[in-house]
Amino acid sequence: MIHIGDYIEQFINWLTLNFAPFFDAVKVVVESIVNSVEWVLMFPPFYVIIILVAFLAWKRTGWGIMLFTLAGLSLIWGMGYWAETMATLALILSSAFIALLLGIPLGIWAAKNELAGKMIRPMLDLMQTMPAFVYLIPAVLFFGLGKVPGAFATVIFSMPPAVRLTTLGLRQVPKDIVEATRSFGASSRQLLFKVELPLALPTILAGVNQTIMMALSMVVISAMIAAGGLGEVVLKGITQLKIGLGFEGGIAVVILAIILDRITQSFGLKTSAKA
Amino acid sequence: MSKLKIEDLTLLFGHEKEKALTLLKQGKTKAEIFKETGCTVAVKNASFSIKQGEFFVIMGLSGSGKSSLLRCLNRLIEPTSGSVILNKVNITNLDDKGLQKVRRKEMAMVFQNFGLLPHRSVIENVAFGLELQEIPEKERLEKAKSVIDLVGLQGYENQHTASLSGGMQQRVGLARALANDPEILLMDEAFSALDPLIRKQMQDELIDLQEKMHKTIVFITHDLDEAIQLGDRIAIMKDGEIVQIGTPEDILTNPATDYVSSFVEKVDRKSIITAGSLMFDKPTVAIYLKDGIEGTLRKMRTSGLTTLPAVSIDKHFLGFVYLRDVLEIKAQGEKTIKNAIIKDVPVAYADTTVEQMLPFIAENGRVVPVIDKDTHKLIGVVAQTSLLIETTGINWDHGTESPIDKIHKEII
Repeated sequence: MIHIGDYIEQFINWLTLNFAPFFDAVKVVVESIVNSVEWVLMFPPFYVIIILVAFLAWKRTGWGIMLFTLAGLSLIWGMGYWAETMATLALILSSAFIALLLGIPLGIWAAKNELAGKMIRPMLDLMQTMPAFVYLIPAVLFFGLGKVPGAFATVIFSMPPAVRLTTLGLRQVPKDIVEATRSFGASSRQLLFKVELPLALPTILAGVNQTIMMALSMVVISAMIAAGGLGEVVLKGITQLKIGLGFEGGIAVVILAIILDRITQSFGLKTSAKA
Repeated sequence: MSKLKIEDLTLLFGHEKEKALTLLKQGKTKAEIFKETGCTVAVKNASFSIKQGEFFVIMGLSGSGKSSLLRCLNRLIEPTSGSVILNKVNITNLDDKGLQKVRRKEMAMVFQNFGLLPHRSVIENVAFGLELQEIPEKERLEKAKSVIDLVGLQGYENQHTASLSGGMQQRVGLARALANDPEILLMDEAFSALDPLIRKQMQDELIDLQEKMHKTIVFITHDLDEAIQLGDRIAIMKDGEIVQIGTPEDILTNPATDYVSSFVEKVDRKSIITAGSLMFDKPTVAIYLKDGIEGTLRKMRTSGLTTLPAVSIDKHFLGFVYLRDVLEIKAQGEKTIKNAIIKDVPVAYADTTVEQMLPFIAENGRVVPVIDKDTHKLIGVVAQTSLLIETTGINWDHGTESPIDKIHKEII
């Protein structure tokens, strides 16, 4: 018998024991990010948020999605899940933000450095294929129960597309443009910021969209460690066999997903149409 | 004075470059080197120097190593050995900062596929080189604007480059290179991706621009016609080696190898051969106020010609005199040939091409007078026979059997 589990357990315990101050610091930072986003979303009256999101949807996509946004968010409010939805949205946006903050630079590194690329790829495969529930255990050990371990698990699960699509986008920049840029004496910084990133932007934005959607798919799972929000509603429906409650929470998640997907997708499309 | 000097430059692709280099020095062939080391010889011992203000063309077929050689000049590809000396500085020894400076200030490049930034407007593309030098925005846009006017892109400043035609895109590429005000312009098959008509137009415009700018230009092409039209000197490359360097006329008249002559045969000579190289410089002429009618008739009798060019005593071309007219005015009792001179005739200059002289071929077999551009003095005449021979495209000099020889063989 090979007890890999034992080793991993020992490793996690060792991390928990020796890096407690570090995890505490991370917890404070992440918690304040999630809480401030939630505060921003909960502070104005619900109709202000609905109008703002609908306006954004109209600006980016058009009438159809705007009407859907108005109707969908009003329905959520009507069902009485406004606070839960905003809590979920705050958790998703904060997690996606952190995932992008880590993922995009990693993606750049993987594109620029062949060795880094070779090392990062299997890690991404692991992060994406490992059942998401598995992340919950170390998350709880590191951060206890609540929003922070939820965000931790969500970040790990949603980061791979950001890394992958950033790398892909940079690799797809035409070689002749890179060569021309170098021939005019560009430093590697100038090459990256003035040419490669702008040209890779549509692909990177597709990665942003994917990251947000992956984060959304973690809603119910992270509710198992008391991350709260809509996930908790659905989870209650499952554990108490309340079909209606489960569906109400589920519908709210779907509405949120469609709005987020269409709006974030529009950024990628608009940019590529321009190029 | 030489501006850019390339000494013994060799470029190898592959892993065992050191070993391949030693083999190359021992005189092994490309095929042997590839077999032993797996290295490809892209450029082999290239040496040449380019003068200040010279238009230098490197011509070769695809795979001849010409584009790789060009990229060694600004080290987009690192040469395996040898040196590139610009203004007495060996570029191959420069560190990153030094190389960056050379690329920003001294050498700018124009690419076959343009290499423009699709997310930027025309003027932002043109100003890109200056932006990399961190020149303030106002200044670089002003500079870009003036170059845009120079290459004929006025009115296109704010368009996206993707919406432009190939010719217009390459103007942007050229403008981007010129905006840096480089000493040396590297042009990699700059016009090869363009339609023939647009290409011709761009070539002409480049020649005009070069007359104003006097840049040192290194131009790569696979087209000998283009090389001959543009180049002050041409280097012909084959399999990574330079097989001949010379002026277009040198290359056309004395091809160094069979390879070069096989190219030269295909060249459209009509647009290259000039009146200057075809003319007789001591034609029989009637000299007004000196020869008189009797003198003119005597010259016609001795030369067997019924038409003579008429010139003044200081050799200014006046027109033609025809035997018939001279006899007519003689009968009227005139003394000078003044009234027999026909003034309304076409003339050529020394640099007029055969192609341009074709419309002058007339039924009466008159010669084409060649006059000096500035003084308008007659410097020679081109016989219509010469024009006809050049236009038929039969190359008498390079071993082609003439039709007469053939007839002789068959009959005699």
